[in-house]
Amino acid sequence: MNNLSKHALLHWSCLLATVAAPFLFPDFNTQLATLWLMIIVALTWDMTGGQMGYNSLGNIAFYGIGMYVAAVVTIGMVYDVGEYTNAFGGGVYKFTDAQYFTGMAVGVVAAGVFCALCALVIGYITFGLRGPYFAIGTLGVAIAAGELVSNWDWVGGGQGIALPVYPGDLDTGKIVFYFLFAATGLALFVFLKWLYQTRFGAAINAVRDDEEKAEAMGLHTLRYKLFTWAMAAFFVGVAGGISAFQLIHFEPLETAFQTINLGIFMVVCVLLGGKGTLWGPVVGAVLFHFFKEVTWTYLLGWQWVALGALIVVTVVYFQDGVMGYLMHRKPEWFGIRVEQRAAGNADTVTAVDGANSARAE
Amino acid sequence: MHILDINGVTKTFGGVVANHDISMTVERGSITGLIGPNGSGKTTLFNSIVGYHPIDAGSIRFQGKEISKLPVQQIARMGLLRTFQQTRIYGAMNGVENMLISLPHRKMRMWDSFSRNSREEYERADHLLEFVGLYEKRFLRSGDLSFGQQKLLEFAMALMNEPAGLLLDEPTAGINPTLINGLIDRLKRANSEFGITLFIIEHNMRVIMNMAEKIYCLAHGEMLAAGTPDEIQNDQLVIDAYLGAH
Repeated sequence: MNNLSKHALLHWSCLLATVAAPFLFPDFNTQLATLWLMIIVALTWDMTGGQMGYNSLGNIAFYGIGMYVAAVVTIGMVYDVGEYTNAFGGGVYKFTDAQYFTGMAVGVVAAGVFCALCALVIGYITFGLRGPYFAIGTLGVAIAAGELVSNWDWVGGGQGIALPVYPGDLDTGKIVFYFLFAATGLALFVFLKWLYQTRFGAAINAVRDDEEKAEAMGLHTLRYKLFTWAMAAFFVGVAGGISAFQLIHFEPLETAFQTINLGIFMVVCVLLGGKGTLWGPVVGAVLFHFFKEVTWTYLLGWQWVALGALIVVTVVYFQDGVMGYLMHRKPEWFGIRVEQRAAGNADTVTAVDGANSARAE
Repeated sequence: MHILDINGVTKTFGGVVANHDISMTVERGSITGLIGPNGSGKTTLFNSIVGYHPIDAGSIRFQGKEISKLPVQQIARMGLLRTFQQTRIYGAMNGVENMLISLPHRKMRMWDSFSRNSREEYERADHLLEFVGLYEKRFLRSGDLSFGQQKLLEFAMALMNEPAGLLLDEPTAGINPTLINGLIDRLKRANSEFGITLFIIEHNMRVIMNMAEKIYCLAHGEMLAAGTPDEIQNDQLVIDAYLGAH
C-alpha cells in the first residue's frame, strides 16, 4: 500500500471512530466531549507553543472569556444581563427553543471572534516578551482576567452564571454537545493541516527557530505572531462557548479561568504527544485524558500525585513526546531525510563541493 | 552613485565609544571591504546600519533614504540585508524550507502568506542551493549541517531575498580553507551576475584584497584609512594597527 492511501485510511478511520464513538459508548458521552475539548485546547496551544516557540500559559483566559461571552450574548438577546445574574436562583427566566439555539449559535461565534480580538490586544502588549517571560506574562493575564470577572457583579461575580438547560432529551443533549466539540476539533485539525503547509506556517516556524534572523530577513514577525495567537484564541473561545452550554452553570475561578487545571493540562497534552507536530497534540490529549480518567477513578486521593508524576516524567525523560520519539526513531515515516554519516562530516562537505565545482566547470 | 551613505556616525555603549564619527560610502554595484583589528567596531557599525540599535549621532542613508531610525525588519524589506558572524539559519527546517521562507517579504502581502510556494519559487530555491553547492543536502535538517555548510546556506538565503545591498560579517570565518576559493568565486558572481552590492567585514586579507575594489579600515572605533587594496596594503597606519606599532 502506498503512503497516500495509508494516510487516507488513517484519516477515514479516525473520522469513522469520531462519528461512531458516542453511539458505541453512550455512557461516556460527556467524557468523549471533554476529550475533544482537550484536543482543541492542545492543538491551539501547540500553534504558538510548538510551531511558533511562544509558550503561553494564558490560553485558558480565552476559554473563560469565551464562556462568558457566549453566556452574556445568549442571555442579553432575551433579558437584561444584570437583572438575570442578580436574581441568581430566584426569578423565572424562560428561554424558548428558538431563543436557546439562536443564542447558542450567535454566542459561540461571538465568543470566538471576541477572543480573537482579545488575543490581538493582549498579544500586542505581551509579544515583546520572550521565553519564560512570555509564559509568566500570559499566566498573569489569565489570573488577572479570572479575578476581574469574579469581581464583576454584572456577569454574576464570584457566583458565575447559570445558563438554561438543554431543551429536550438530556441524553440527546449530550450527543449534541459531543458533536459540537468534535466538529470544532475536526475543523481545527483540517484548518491546521492546511495552515502548516502554507508560507504562513513556514513563517511561524522561522520565528520559532530564530526570531532575530527572521527579523533580519524582513519577516513581519509581530504580525505573524498576532495572527497565530488570534486564530488559536478563536478556536479556544468557541470551545469555551460550547462548554458554557454543556456545563449549564459555571463560575469564574474554578471553571472558566481554571489556570491550574485545563490551563496546565493543555500544555501537558502537547508535551506528552510531541511539540510542533500536527498529530502530537491529538495523541497527547487522548493519552492524557485516558490517564487522567483512570487515575481519577482508581487512584482517588492520589490522582494529583499521579498527574504530577506524569508531568515530571514527561518533562525530564520524554521531552520530545510520542511523535518526537517516533520522528527520531522512524524519520522515514515522516518524510524526513537523515544524512548517512559513514564517510564523516568533513569528507562529505568536500565531496559535495568538489562535485559542484566539477559541474560548474 | 552611492547605495550606502554613512555620515559622522557615533555609537557609544555606556562609556565605551564603539564608533566615533565614521563616514564612508559604498558605491552601487561594488564590492567594498571593511577591515580592522578585533574590537575596532566593525560589527557595531554593521549593527547600526541595519537598525539593531539606535546611533548617537550622524546619519545613514540607503538609496538616498535616511534609515538610521528605522527598525530592522523595515530596513531588510527595503533591500538591505546582513548575514551574521555566528551563522543564523532556521535549524529545525530543511534547506529548501529555509530558502522558501527567505523570499523577499517586501513583495509579500499578508494574504499571500496563506498560499503555498509556486513552482518558480521552488526552482529558484533549488537553483540557488546548487549555486552554493548544497543541492545534494537540500532536504537535510539544516541544524545538522556543518558550520561551513550553514554559512553557505545563510548566503543562499540572502540571495533568495534579492537584496540590493548585502552586508556580510566575516563570510569566510570558520570555513574549511579548501572551500574559501569557491566562496570567493560565488561572492564575486553574486555581485556580477545578480547585481548585488556587497559590503564585507573580513579578517582574511587574502580574501578581501582579492575581492574588494575599495577598503575601509577601522581601529579603536575610528576611521584609520580608506583606499584601494594596494593603498591599504602599503599604508603604514594599517600595518601598525594590525601588527602593533611602538
